[in-house]
Amino acid sequence: MSETIDALKQRAKAIRVDILRSTTEAGSGHPSSSMSAAEVVTALYFGGFMNYDVKNPRWPDRDRFILSKGHAAPVLYAAMAEAGYFPKEELLTLRKLGSPLEGHPNMVRLGGVEASTGSLGQGLSIGVGHALAARVDGKGYHTYVLTGDGELGEGQIWEAAASAAKYGLDNLTCIVDRNHFQQTGAAEEVLNMDPIDGKFTAFGWHTQVINGNDMGEVMAALGRARQVKGRPTCIVALTHKGQGMLKLLETLGDTNYHGKPIKPADLDAAIAEVEAGGS
Amino acid sequence: MAGASSALQSRRPIGQATRDAFGRALEALGAEYPDVVVVDADVSNSTRTEWFGKKFPDRFFNIGIAESNLVGIAGGLASCGKTPVIASFAAFIMCNAYDQLRMAVAYPGLNVKVVGSHAGISIGEDGASQMGIEDVSLACSLPGFVVLVTADEASTRAATRALLDHKGPVYLRTGRPDVPKVYPDDAPAPFVIGKANQLRDGSDLTIVANGLMVASALDAAEELSSSGIQARVLDMHTVKPIDREALLAAAKETGALVVAEEHLAHGGLGSAVAMTLAEQHPVPIRFVNLGDTFGESGTPEGLLEKYGLTAAKVAEAARSAVAAKSA
Ligand SMILES: Cc1ncc(C[n+]2csc(CCOP(=O)(O)OP(=O)(O)O)c2C)c(N)n1
Ligand SMILES: [Mg+2]
Repeated sequence: MSETIDALKQRAKAIRVDILRSTTEAGSGHPSSSMSAAEVVTALYFGGFMNYDVKNPRWPDRDRFILSKGHAAPVLYAAMAEAGYFPKEELLTLRKLGSPLEGHPNMVRLGGVEASTGSLGQGLSIGVGHALAARVDGKGYHTYVLTGDGELGEGQIWEAAASAAKYGLDNLTCIVDRNHFQQTGAAEEVLNMDPIDGKFTAFGWHTQVINGNDMGEVMAALGRARQVKGRPTCIVALTHKGQGMLKLLETLGDTNYHGKPIKPADLDAAIAEVEAGGS
Repeated sequence: MAGASSALQSRRPIGQATRDAFGRALEALGAEYPDVVVVDADVSNSTRTEWFGKKFPDRFFNIGIAESNLVGIAGGLASCGKTPVIASFAAFIMCNAYDQLRMAVAYPGLNVKVVGSHAGISIGEDGASQMGIEDVSLACSLPGFVVLVTADEASTRAATRALLDHKGPVYLRTGRPDVPKVYPDDAPAPFVIGKANQLRDGSDLTIVANGLMVASALDAAEELSSSGIQARVLDMHTVKPIDREALLAAAKETGALVVAEEHLAHGGLGSAVAMTLAEQHPVPIRFVNLGDTFGESGTPEGLLEKYGLTAAKVAEAARSAVAAKSA
């Protein structure tokens, strides 16, 4: 059920708007961290790469998406609502007491969430577990893991990278949302992990560096990842934190805008910018 | 709002969050303590060590999102005679780096000050993954560690100096939301490691609390007083070493206890109090805590209500403890 690039771009816009609405309504959350990944998550869920059954979220043969950077939960929830896991209205219950849409993903309370995350650095190891299980069970599903770039500071990421290479897990793809910021500043300044692709290459991975906010490039990269045999793939997705509302963030004087919602007074401007956006 | 008020909605005036008070105190003490070196793992704007960092950039390091590395680095700094202060969310610094705390800090008994912010469920909307609810238990399980849980801004300021003066590893737990003031502004809060502060006297029972439950304990004591129950209230800001003397006096003189804390049931203040009294002077005790469950997303007030961390629950537990005395 792959969609055209144009249709996918429209999806990504709708997802960005939902990210903005849900976090502003919640009064907290991480819209900028969510928006940088909108193309990647849209392509995975609607570009024909993931097979899933919203009526049977634990279908054993489903492809898996693990959001290692769990604070970007709003992009996951928006994509899941688009896919039909739950009604879109529920997005406005984000972070409210009783809602399964918790601040960080909770796999027990929301079917379709593959891992409970929010403590950075852990998702890739969980992905290795899923990929090994596929091998044990002789199943053909693929596991995708999305990490942050700041998140690469966690040593566990590199333990996972080494183990994935050891077992030649070509059914595992790690996408790094290289949005150039982490909580306290520029990722290159806080802890420069460049070259990210070079590090994964050195660990034995197939690597690609792409414009992660360009739907065509994201689709092509995910397609190539499926062709690789005998090694896991890392896609370094060069993105912008807050992609879709960069002009607004510039006027607000904070292009990282980490961990805070757009104020209700700025919401219309943010949504208008997303809707006018080219990509 | 008597009865239904959560631990954050006290009758007392609201003061700074304990993380803010810690951050300001550390910044203020930096000049006086030249050996202090602060290391951050990309959360200094949450833990408030950024204020020290701005004032003393040569003694501040941000090593990225890497808590086990953070703790290991602190062990190295302390081995070289520095006094490292390291801070992250309580959940991450205790849980992600526990082996490093054990091997690089506790085992050699090094002079490292570990600060865990965003403790408890009162962080609210971010939900369970960010809530340190087991940190006190873990810290108490590190041999030689002093474990501090402060109630308000004034006591946190005092604790920050006390933990720098103490030689050896210390864990300080701080919280995210602004909390009610327990100590007056006009005098420094009394703070001696290992010595509880008695905030109110009473003969019918003793409420032992720490963190934001101290304000609830005081509110509960007022409510109980109006129905003829006189409660002593102890701010047990030091969980380890626990103040045995104050606990024994409380057991002997009041005959029943309530222990209130924003922490899991296992291994926190309740365990420390029960262990002390079971050995030396058993009396009825009731516990107000998070039980054996993770938190979730919600408003801080809504969560404190849902999980029973309110003055009303403390008062209810107090009535039950007093009733058990005569049983
Ligand atoms: C183990 C751990 N340490 C610290 C945090 C706090 N934290 C949440 S998001 C974040 C920054 C993440 O940066 P990055 O991975 O680049 O993601 P971005 O928000 O830029 O997409 C930090 C430090 C955390 N969630 N988990
Ligand atoms: Mg980033």
